Amino acid sequence: MRHTKQDWLLAGLTGVSLAVILLLLAVLLGQIFWHGAPVISAQFLTESPGADMISGGIWPAIYGTVFMTLLMTIAGVPVGIATAIFLSEYASPRSRIAKAVRIAVNNLAGVPSIVFGLFGLGFFIIFVGGGVDALLYDDPRPVWGKPSILWASLTLAVLTLPVVIVTTEEALRTVPRELRDASLALGATRFQTVYKIVLPNAKGGILTGVILAVSRGAGEVSPIIFCGAANFLPYLPTDLRDMFMHLGYHVYALATQSPNVDAARPTLFGTVLVLLVLTFSLNLLAVIIRSRSRAALRP
Amino acid sequence: MRPRRAKSKLESSFRTPLWHRIAERAIAVLALAAIAAIALIFIFIAREAVPMLWEAEFAEEVQIRDLFFAKEWKGYDEPVFVWQPVGEPAKFNVMPLFVGSLKVTLLAMLMSIPLGVGCAMFIALYAPRAVREVVKPAIELLAGIPSVVLGFFALMVIASWAQATFGFHFRLNAVVAAIGLALTIVPVIFTISEDAIQAVPNTLTEAALALGARKYQVALRIVVPAALPGIAAGVVLGFGRAIGETMIVLMASGNAAIMELFDFTTIVRTVTATIAAELGEVAQGDPHWRVLFLLGVMLFAVTFVLNILGDVIIQRLQKRLTASS
Repeated sequence: MRHTKQDWLLAGLTGVSLAVILLLLAVLLGQIFWHGAPVISAQFLTESPGADMISGGIWPAIYGTVFMTLLMTIAGVPVGIATAIFLSEYASPRSRIAKAVRIAVNNLAGVPSIVFGLFGLGFFIIFVGGGVDALLYDDPRPVWGKPSILWASLTLAVLTLPVVIVTTEEALRTVPRELRDASLALGATRFQTVYKIVLPNAKGGILTGVILAVSRGAGEVSPIIFCGAANFLPYLPTDLRDMFMHLGYHVYALATQSPNVDAARPTLFGTVLVLLVLTFSLNLLAVIIRSRSRAALRP
Repeated sequence: MRPRRAKSKLESSFRTPLWHRIAERAIAVLALAAIAAIALIFIFIAREAVPMLWEAEFAEEVQIRDLFFAKEWKGYDEPVFVWQPVGEPAKFNVMPLFVGSLKVTLLAMLMSIPLGVGCAMFIALYAPRAVREVVKPAIELLAGIPSVVLGFFALMVIASWAQATFGFHFRLNAVVAAIGLALTIVPVIFTISEDAIQAVPNTLTEAALALGARKYQVALRIVVPAALPGIAAGVVLGFGRAIGETMIVLMASGNAAIMELFDFTTIVRTVTATIAAELGEVAQGDPHWRVLFLLGVMLFAVTFVLNILGDVIIQRLQKRLTASS
C-alpha cells in the first residue's frame, strides 16, 4: 500500500510518544544503575545501618522486606487461589454470587494503596490486635494492638489478593475444556478433576500470577507506613509482633526526612537498586515460567 | 442368619473422601474473602471517621461545615480555604487538598492520555512484529516498578531536570509530581487501549481499505472510534489510579497545601500525601485523626465509583463488539 504524507505524520506522532516513554524508562534504569551499582558491596548488603542511617549497610531492610513478603504470600495466596478455583470451576458465570465476587475483586484492585494502610490500622491493629489485647492482657500497654510485621503482611495480603485471583483464574481458563470433560466422563468427581487435572495443568500460569502479585506487594510502601515499617531499627525482627525495616520505606524515609540528602544520595541509589533488582528478578522469573508453561501446553 | 455383606472395594472407592468435601466447602467460603475485604475496608475506615458527627471533643475543635466551606478566620480579611492542622486554632478545610489532588491528576492525565494512546496506536497499527515484542515487555517492566522508586526518580532526577529546563520557581511542584505519576498511568492506559484496538474486528478495517480508504483514515475514522469505549475505560481506570497514588506525590509534589486553582507550577499537597504524612503523628481518636480517616472514606468512594464506571464501559464494549462480529 502507498503511504501518504498523513500516514507518515500519524506514524511519526504515535512513534514519538512511544519513544518518549522508552526514553524515560531508559533514563530511569540508567540513572539508578549508574549511581547505584558503585555503592553495592558485600558490606552494604550484609551490615546494619549506622546511627545516621547513611553509613553502614541495609541488611535489616533486605531481611525485613523478604520476611514480610513471605508472610504476605503465605497469608494471601491460598485465599486467592481458592477464589479463582471457585469462580472458574464451581460457580456458573451467571450466578449472582460469582458476579458479586467478581465486582468485589475488580473494586479491590482499584482501592488506593493508602486506603489499605488506613484499613490495616483501623481493622488489624486497632480492632483485631486491640481486641486480642483487651481479651488476654490486663496491662494497658499494647502487645498485639500496635504496628508489627504481622499486620503489615496481612494488609499487603489483602492488597495483592485481586492480582492473585485474576491471574490464577486466567491460568485455569487456559486448561482445555476437553480435559475436564474427559476426567468427568471417566467418573471422577468435580473436586478430583480440579485437583488431579486442572491444577497440575495450570501450575505454570498460577505460579506466574503468584510471583507477579508478590513482586507488587514487595514494593508497596504506602500501606505499611503506619502498619509496621520502622524508620530505623538496627536489629532483625524475630517475632511476629516486631516492627521491621523495609527497602522501599527506607528509600522514602531517607529521601524525605534525612537532614542531609546530598550525603544520603549514594545510600539511596544503592537501596533503590537493590529494591529494583529484587522486584525485577521476581518479574523475570514470572516471565520465564510463563513462557515455559505455554510451551508445555502446546500439543 | 445371613452373613453381613462385606463392602466391596469398588463401592467404597465411589464415596467422596471426607477431605474432598471439606476442601470444597473451604473453597466456597474463601471465595467470599474479596467481598468481605471490600466491606471491611469501608466499615473500618468509616468507623474511625464517623464519630466526628457526635463527639463533643470533635465539636469543640472543629465545625463540620468548616471542613468544606471557606471561613473568615481571625487574622484573615476574607473567607479562605485553609488546611493547617497544627495551627492555633487548627484549620481542617479539605478543599486545598482536593484541589491539589485534582491538579496533579489532571496534569498527569494530560500527559499520559496522548502518550498511552499514541503508544497503543503505534504498536497496534504501525510497529513491526520485532518492535512489538520488545515494547510490550518494556511497558510491563515499567508497570512493575514500585511507586516509591518512581517517586524517588521524580524527586532526584526529574525535579532537577525540570527546574533547569523550565526555570520553575519551586523545585518540587505539581508538574514534577505529574510527570512521575504519568509513568504509572501510561502502562494502564496503554494496556487497555491496545487490547481495545486489537479487538476491533478485521472485517471493519478490511471493508474500509477495500473502499479505498488510506491507512491513516482507517486508523482515525474506523479503528479509534470503534475502540473508543476501551480507550475511555483505560482513561477512567488510569484516573482512579492517579488520584489514589501516594508515594510519588508524597515525595515529588513539595507538600504544601495551597489553594491555587490555575498555577500548575506551585507546590501542591494531595489528599493521599496528607494522610500518609500526617497520620503517623496524630493520637488515636483526635479530631485530626477523624478528619484524616474521613479523607480516606472520600478517596475510597471516589475510586469505587471510577472503577464501577470503567467496568461498565468495558462490558458495554465487549457486548457491542460481540454483537457486531
